[in-house]
Amino acid sequence: MARIGVFICHCGENIGRTVDCAAVAAAAAKFPGVVHAADYRYMCSDPGQNLIRQAIKEKKLTGVVVAACSPRMHEPTFRRATAESGVNPFLCEMANIREHCSWVHEDRPEATRKAIDLVRVIVEKVKRNLPLLPVKVPITRRALVIGGGIAGIQAALDIANGGHEVILVEKDPSVGGHMAQLSETFPTLDCSQCILTPRMVEVAQHPRIKLYAYSEVDSVKGFIGNFEVSIRRKATSVNNTLCTGCGACQQACPAKKIPSEFNRGLGTRTAIYSPFPQAIPNKPVIDQANCARYKDAAKRGIPPAESKVCGLCQKKCPIQPKPAVDFTLCKDTFVTEKVGAIVVATGFDVLPPKEFGEYGYGKYADMIDSLQFERLASASGPTQGAMKRPSDGKEPKEIVFIQCVGSRDNARGCPYCSKICCMYTAKHTMLYRHKVHDGKATVFYMDVRAAGKNYDEFWRRAVEEDGAQYLRGRVSKVYKRGDKLVVKGVDTLSGELVEIRADMVVLATAAVAQPGAEQLAQRLNIAYDMYKYYSEAHPKLRPVETNTAGVFLAGACQAPKDIPDAVAQASAAASKVQGLFSSQELERDPTIAHVNEALCAACWYCVDVCPYSAIEKKEIKDKKGNLIRMVASVNEGVCQGCGLCAATCRSKSVELDGFKDEQVYAEIVAL
Amino acid sequence: MRGAEERMSTRIAYFPGCSLEGTAQEYNLSLQAIAPKLGLELEELEDWNCCGSTAAHTLNHKLAVSLPARILALAERGGYSSLVAPCAACSHRLLATRMALANNAGLRKEVQDIIEMPYKGTVEVKNILQVLMELGPDKIAAACSRKMTGLRIASYYGCLLVRPPKVVQFDDPEAPQSMDTIIKALGGTPVEWGFKTECCGGGFSMSRTDMVCKMTRDILDNAAFEGAEAFAVACPMCQSNLDLRQLNVNQRYGTAFKLPALYITQWIGLCMGLPARDLGLGGNYVDTGDAVAKAFAVPPEKKPPALSAAGAAVKA
Repeated sequence: MARIGVFICHCGENIGRTVDCAAVAAAAAKFPGVVHAADYRYMCSDPGQNLIRQAIKEKKLTGVVVAACSPRMHEPTFRRATAESGVNPFLCEMANIREHCSWVHEDRPEATRKAIDLVRVIVEKVKRNLPLLPVKVPITRRALVIGGGIAGIQAALDIANGGHEVILVEKDPSVGGHMAQLSETFPTLDCSQCILTPRMVEVAQHPRIKLYAYSEVDSVKGFIGNFEVSIRRKATSVNNTLCTGCGACQQACPAKKIPSEFNRGLGTRTAIYSPFPQAIPNKPVIDQANCARYKDAAKRGIPPAESKVCGLCQKKCPIQPKPAVDFTLCKDTFVTEKVGAIVVATGFDVLPPKEFGEYGYGKYADMIDSLQFERLASASGPTQGAMKRPSDGKEPKEIVFIQCVGSRDNARGCPYCSKICCMYTAKHTMLYRHKVHDGKATVFYMDVRAAGKNYDEFWRRAVEEDGAQYLRGRVSKVYKRGDKLVVKGVDTLSGELVEIRADMVVLATAAVAQPGAEQLAQRLNIAYDMYKYYSEAHPKLRPVETNTAGVFLAGACQAPKDIPDAVAQASAAASKVQGLFSSQELERDPTIAHVNEALCAACWYCVDVCPYSAIEKKEIKDKKGNLIRMVASVNEGVCQGCGLCAATCRSKSVELDGFKDEQVYAEIVAL
Repeated sequence: MRGAEERMSTRIAYFPGCSLEGTAQEYNLSLQAIAPKLGLELEELEDWNCCGSTAAHTLNHKLAVSLPARILALAERGGYSSLVAPCAACSHRLLATRMALANNAGLRKEVQDIIEMPYKGTVEVKNILQVLMELGPDKIAAACSRKMTGLRIASYYGCLLVRPPKVVQFDDPEAPQSMDTIIKALGGTPVEWGFKTECCGGGFSMSRTDMVCKMTRDILDNAAFEGAEAFAVACPMCQSNLDLRQLNVNQRYGTAFKLPALYITQWIGLCMGLPARDLGLGGNYVDTGDAVAKAFAVPPEKKPPALSAAGAAVKA
């Protein structure tokens, strides 16, 4: 005979405001099989959990129903409390009277009535619950880190230093990400390259890190502890074991006018290139779209190795007679890696400023975006750090910086704050004034958001010590007059229209998700928000986890972030991975499907609907080994307990543990 | 031959609005003159009424949508699928009404009661630039008998031809290109300048002439600085402020601007070799003679009589 305890939570006022919790407890006490019913203000707190533990002991409960919030957050809490008192945790269930009741209703008597119904339903289910034992699965204690920017580098190093192998996948020819493009960093003005490049070297030399540069994640199979990842290694046309990274091929290449992605179009590169001199790995790749040999081969439909066009890179390669440049390496290859956890650190992009017709970006050479300004200011940039404007190479004597270009702008689809622009714009004014002492830097801003350690002091320094002029207001238009860019804006503090004749204009364009972020999310089966930033499992309490177990987030792929935040999140993700790897086996939710082989009609509908490929076709043989028939069989390690097979099965031969037909019918009947 | 022409022609409801019968007669004249050559069959709506313009929508929302709704309902009744309103204020009011009624069934019913006509919202509203761009610059050039020889023309769109973007849904609201591509097809040199969509002061021309003069001065100044020799416009208000107020600007600021503002339809008509008087060129306050003469300075093989007529007419 069932002895069920019912515990009604007020959730502070969240439930208690609309639901009469005491009345629900009183009603529940009268349900058949219920021997104990109580209500409490915070059931998830320690005194609340004690109520459950105590009742289990005193009333010898066989099942527990907690009527509170959604099971998403606190089901594990209450199941743990139940287990501690010696009752199988799967005999504890939650009735959701917050999201499904108090939050969506206003009428108190009606809401109370509904809460009573919801509790009755779960009581009927729990009466029929069976104890379940956790499934144990072995863990592959290797991690995959996707993205080789500062977040990915940090996560990879932390995990590797913790003693586990790491596969680091980077889509570009070099690791480093956006941080490698920066000149100096706020709020200390230390050189970005000087603090980043040693980390890059460490990644390349670490015995436990396997780096796949110029590669992308092609597909992901499996589940926490047991992922199988297929990685596309883009064709480089260079044999990396032979190549010494001498650079002779890049000097020989005649295609010299390709806009350099690393310099954001302010400089050029060759068709065989490595993005910057400090690249890791320092091995060039051939950009097939711009290589004369590849273009000729494509036109004539022959393998590039057979084309006779150009080939100067190969001829000038000092490794002879078998040069490192190898045109037979012209096709992408795939490798498969088994890992137990995945850290996604794919970073961000910036909004293409061509969207801003009123500023005329793209029309005026001296209107650049902030990332281009970083390249201009960088010692490794196209001007070796000298302040020269792109149009005529003259030193700009007056620069206007426009903040919130796209950010906080509903019309451009980015209503969010990009977070980093206030600080880097303050930094830009300082870098500029340190190089051009008589230069004038004017910033148009909406608000200065400098929340962070030493951040407010930093931007105040830009104003007070380096003389940046901050005008609170928007710019309506920028147009060219002669060799000047005329910036028309408003200073809302003085209420005056402002017109500035600038030599250069810098747009702080919004940070946006990486192109392709959506596709990668679909491959990883993780959620993303409406701006295609990846969603964390809980905005406050689970900031580095995703809703897919075993997949973690680091850096700006989740939301715009500065370097300290990206690094902190990367270390947090790494510690989560190491926590997961601290045991040999993983306990998995035993809510999995089982096939009643006697009933299975082998229609294979379940095989078709299973999103995890967890159902196999099993042969049933007689004693002599003759095949009698085929049946469906669930791989317990792969099954995620979604229940699609159980709902699809026509002969009712598949059932989900914890959600058997009998239990579900009992719930429906109780309504 | 005639049959082919008929098949080519496009039947469009034509709503001239008040300005094309008044201050912008030359816009009307020139459009009527070039339309047949472009295969456009413009049929003026019978019994059309005022669009309400700025006056109505600043005072009474229902009136502001009912007036244009009646015009659209007339076009529906006439069986037209599209309507062209050359005046930017008219086309803007018609478009805004169409949008307001499409999104509000209650208002749609109310307006139908007010105008005592059924309204379905089936007529598409276009401004001249849209109609011309749908034909395409190539087709326009093909209908011309001569090309300009590189006169530097600044295309001025003003505020309403391409804005607000959600209502108009045509061209780039901040950096429009349509008129420039037509000018280029006609052999002119489009001027890259910064004031294409700047406000000219619009209807404040009478009440705040001082302000309009300042705004117009800025526009003239930028166009002249970028080397413009003339304007192309497609809005009666813009034309009036650039042309008529140019004289006031010169007086007030001691400037010596001499930038004639011609409707895009007039430029096309000139390239078609139509006589200047048929295009209403005599109506301009700023002398058009020099610019037009320069526009076609290198005479084509067979010099069309239109050019000399234009030059003579204006000079006289």
